[in-house]
Amino acid sequence: MSKQILISDPTLRDGNHAVRHQITKESFAAYCAAADRAGVPIVEVGHGNGLGASSMLVGECLLTDETILRTARENLPRSKMAIHAIPGFCTIQRHLTMAVELGVDVIRVASHCTEADITQRHIDFARKNGKEVYGVLMMSHMASPEMLADEARKMEAYGAEALVIMDSAGAYLPADVSRRIGTLVDALGIPVGFHAHNNLGMGIANSVAAVEAGATIIDGSARGFGAGAGNAQLEVLVAVFKQMGYETGIDLYKMLDAADLAEKQMIQSMPYISSTSIVSGMSGVFSGFIKQVNSIGAEHGVDPRDIFFELGRRNAVAGQESLILEVALGLKAVKALAGAACA
Amino acid sequence: MTTRKTRVAILGTGNIGTDLLIKAMRSATLECTLFVGRNFRSDGMQKASNLGVNISDRGLDGIVQQADNIDIVFDATSAAAHFEHWPVLQALGKTVIDMTPAKIGDLCVPAINAEQIVASRARNINMITCGGQASVPIANAIAAVQDDIDYIEVASSISSRSAGPATRANLDEYIETTEQALIKFSGAGQAKAILILNPARPPIDMQTTIYAKIRNPDLAAIRASVDQMMARIIAYVPGYQLIVPPTIEGGKIMTTVKVLGNGDYLPRYAGNLDIINCAAIGIAEAIARQGKE
Repeated sequence: MSKQILISDPTLRDGNHAVRHQITKESFAAYCAAADRAGVPIVEVGHGNGLGASSMLVGECLLTDETILRTARENLPRSKMAIHAIPGFCTIQRHLTMAVELGVDVIRVASHCTEADITQRHIDFARKNGKEVYGVLMMSHMASPEMLADEARKMEAYGAEALVIMDSAGAYLPADVSRRIGTLVDALGIPVGFHAHNNLGMGIANSVAAVEAGATIIDGSARGFGAGAGNAQLEVLVAVFKQMGYETGIDLYKMLDAADLAEKQMIQSMPYISSTSIVSGMSGVFSGFIKQVNSIGAEHGVDPRDIFFELGRRNAVAGQESLILEVALGLKAVKALAGAACA
Repeated sequence: MTTRKTRVAILGTGNIGTDLLIKAMRSATLECTLFVGRNFRSDGMQKASNLGVNISDRGLDGIVQQADNIDIVFDATSAAAHFEHWPVLQALGKTVIDMTPAKIGDLCVPAINAEQIVASRARNINMITCGGQASVPIANAIAAVQDDIDYIEVASSISSRSAGPATRANLDEYIETTEQALIKFSGAGQAKAILILNPARPPIDMQTTIYAKIRNPDLAAIRASVDQMMARIIAYVPGYQLIVPPTIEGGKIMTTVKVLGNGDYLPRYAGNLDIINCAAIGIAEAIARQGKE
């Protein structure tokens, strides 16, 4: 029997980063229906930073969490509906309780790569409510394989039924992925997954490396629609896994149709590896920063590439978007000083 | 009354409790008569023992046994534990300064309401959260010159190393308590609090950004009001700095503060620990002064 790969599709969650969280209700409905027809097993929806994250800090969402979940649920008769939940943004009482009531199937409880213990109560709540629960470690390039394994074991102990690492900055090369996934597969008794970003053009290659190292859950977005340079392109993943003899259970033609629909329906500009995205990947800074880095850079006359490298030097992580302005103003002041010294 | 110092007990020997102990020992008006935890081998307990402080590993029972030697109890455990501790401490007639986000008592930010809290002789004083101590006074300063705040949001990033187990288990209470305090002290229609734990090494300094949606912002008035508030905060939190003054960014007001700690128990990056503890010591000293009058 060929190896099974479980595909989880964050087009309608990570893609929200690419349009400043403005995906419309119609697009949620249309893409959910198309992904469901294609047999995509899990469809993740929401604000780019997940449940309860709509904010001035990371961007206000066009729709409420409730509208998103209701719309998706109505249009996902077969596929499981998933949400991304980061403690610190999302509370059990206000957000998870509502998601459970609105029929979520998979709750992906996420933390930064070394902070697994903040997920304990959320994982516990989700399990007690009979939901499928994944632990997700974000910005995983900031931790060594051994540290990741320690954090992943905590999530497993709390009740996570699978463990996904995210390359939030698109910083990995395939060998980095192989090492980390291999270590996690050995350390854990639950399935291991990988979520790619394409900043260095490695989205598909890294996903393949993950599977070859033992990952059985792979995230991919239609047309790669996701933060920054985008995610691993889902329809390409489906095709590549087919060529490699892996089974995803997804209908290729219908998946290609869903991706075409996504392009027409909601992708205002196709994800591509912009010059700034490359620097974001190299500096190991979260891809989701790119819109704010570009606009603040333009407004204050500071090179966005300099902003990214400085953010990387300061180890900025997602949720620290407020640092962008501070860094830009700092660079501007340095530039002004240098200019004054020359004059 | 004699010139005797006000006697405080610290319940909880984690990061918050141990840093409080060092600050209390430095105080001219407070003395720590008991430091209570559950484990003599914890770092905090060892530190207290080395400092020659009277210690107990009996938890709340330790306080009950030595109640006659205590005026004020700082509860530096967790919100869930405080719900159990409060009825016992209340029955003992102690003034309790609650460091957890349990929010049973009166919300206190010394820069805003120290006088009222002292005058009301509140028995349970809640110190909100570290992010609340950093952001609520700024929100209050904005509200002093703008009565049309629709929405206020605060995002704090703290270093992972400065967040102990109780902080980590209390993220939801942190959010709910901070939001409640923001609404109470700014009159905003809606509030949102976000907490980010940053794993970077070397650890990042605590930073808090305050955003506000205001229909007709008067930037000059906001800046002047925030400057006045800064002076009141710095009086008890010396490491509090305004690093991005109120600015209009994308149609909203935003301003960022940074809190450098005093480096008492954890290094200076742990401004989150410092600000809530400075605030708690500040209010305890105000109560001590009142006791002498």
